[in-house]
Amino acid sequence: MLSVSNLSVTFSQYEKGLRRKQLTVITDLDLEVQAGEVVAVVGASGSGKSLLAHAILGILPENAAVGGTMLFHGQPLTPERCQQLRGKAIALVPQSVGYLDPLMRVGQQVQRVAQLNGLSKPAARTAVKQTFQRYDLPPQADRCYPFQVSGGMARRVLVSTAVVSQADLVIADEPTPGLHPDVVTETLNHLRELAQEGRGVILITHDIGAALLVADRVAVFYAGTTAEIASAQDFASGNLRHPYTQALWRSLPQNDFVPVPGTQPSPEALPVGCLFSDRCPWVTEACLPERPALRAVRRGLVRCIHADR
Amino acid sequence: MLTGEGLWFRYAPQLPWVIQAQTLAVEPGEVVGLMAPSGFGKTTLAKLLAGYLAPTKGRVSVDSQPLPRRRYCPVQLVFQNPELAVNPRWRIDQILREGHPPQMHQLDALGIHSGWLTRYPHELSGGELQRIAIARTLNSQTRYLIADEMTAMLDANTQALIWQAVLDYTRAHQIGVLVVSHDWPLVRRLCDRILDLAADQDHCTLVSGVAE
Repeated sequence: MLSVSNLSVTFSQYEKGLRRKQLTVITDLDLEVQAGEVVAVVGASGSGKSLLAHAILGILPENAAVGGTMLFHGQPLTPERCQQLRGKAIALVPQSVGYLDPLMRVGQQVQRVAQLNGLSKPAARTAVKQTFQRYDLPPQADRCYPFQVSGGMARRVLVSTAVVSQADLVIADEPTPGLHPDVVTETLNHLRELAQEGRGVILITHDIGAALLVADRVAVFYAGTTAEIASAQDFASGNLRHPYTQALWRSLPQNDFVPVPGTQPSPEALPVGCLFSDRCPWVTEACLPERPALRAVRRGLVRCIHADR
Repeated sequence: MLTGEGLWFRYAPQLPWVIQAQTLAVEPGEVVGLMAPSGFGKTTLAKLLAGYLAPTKGRVSVDSQPLPRRRYCPVQLVFQNPELAVNPRWRIDQILREGHPPQMHQLDALGIHSGWLTRYPHELSGGELQRIAIARTLNSQTRYLIADEMTAMLDANTQALIWQAVLDYTRAHQIGVLVVSHDWPLVRRLCDRILDLAADQDHCTLVSGVAE
């Protein structure tokens, strides 16, 4: 359904006066999403997760230049097409209640999305009622303003906006941090249900634990590139290919809680070779001259030359 | 010892109690976990203990002394969202100098680059800014640290790195830590003892295998 290959995002920034510099924040990012599956995008902050979402939705700021190809249903995503599809065929479930209009009742906001998708007013109203029922929102909730609903309810309202839009592709940006485990499970189950209806779902998160609960496949991003794309079972079965993915898995508190030292390289000072080389336990001379290409290893994709050992 | 005795709190006389009859204590050098579902007043309790709010009934004290009203508070609170805890118009080095300036090697241990010091908060990512917020509290005047979902928005590796640096420091300086979190595996990994507000009792679960 969605296929992103070699995506790059470059920002041009003013340095001093009129001198500009180019800052490439995403390099060689690849991702594929099929109908009916949940793909989790996992990575540290600054790894390009949110920028990917913004690129797919065509809402990057004006000083950003996008390279590479993005295909949606086989057709390239041009800025015009993005604008057409946004909120209709491609929907975003934003992070927090802050994305709702604070001065509009939540029912009205969801209804407006339905109407923008071509439903008549009465049909939209029924759609809202049904969706609210489906997500266990009390009937009086649609008369509430965003500040009057709890965090968990706000989350369900945000999912409702994606559901009434009939979108084929739903992008959920960090839907879980700081929520109680029950609410996390509930939110993730809603995403799973959306996939079961035949939609494609991209779950953007930094929380591998949450991602593994619901995802079919997991794409691990590192410093603006795809380090590995693995199936969710690969984590528990120890079939991970990239040293960074292995490190992430080991650093979970329920596993070893042992981190790899250091930080992700900043976009201003990316190494020439493998982006993980300065923290990698496997690093050799061969890693340094050029970036490894994404290649298939043990039925997954990985950007590491030592992955098959 | 940091103690909260018979704490009651509500935001206004006509509103319901948020905190009812809570008593807890944190010893120097001890790591205590605090868990409860949303809406049980975890954050409110953290704010009471750090002196951000005054309890309606009951009292908070450090070594039998009430929290100071004017000078640096020996109980420091780190929030989940660092961008709301720093002055957006200050550069990072000024933010760090707001309290008692931390030492250079601690900045290294937390993975803070010297290049960040001249930037503004919006020029750092959430994880980077959280390290700044933590570094600001790790100084000789801090006796107790309350971490309210401190690493909930960080990736697993950064979370482990930050906790390693924080626990190294608090162990070396006998600082008591209260870990407020939803993340059961994390709390179990970090804490000597876990309090569950929902169960309304002190489990006193002694958990071994605290992160090295």
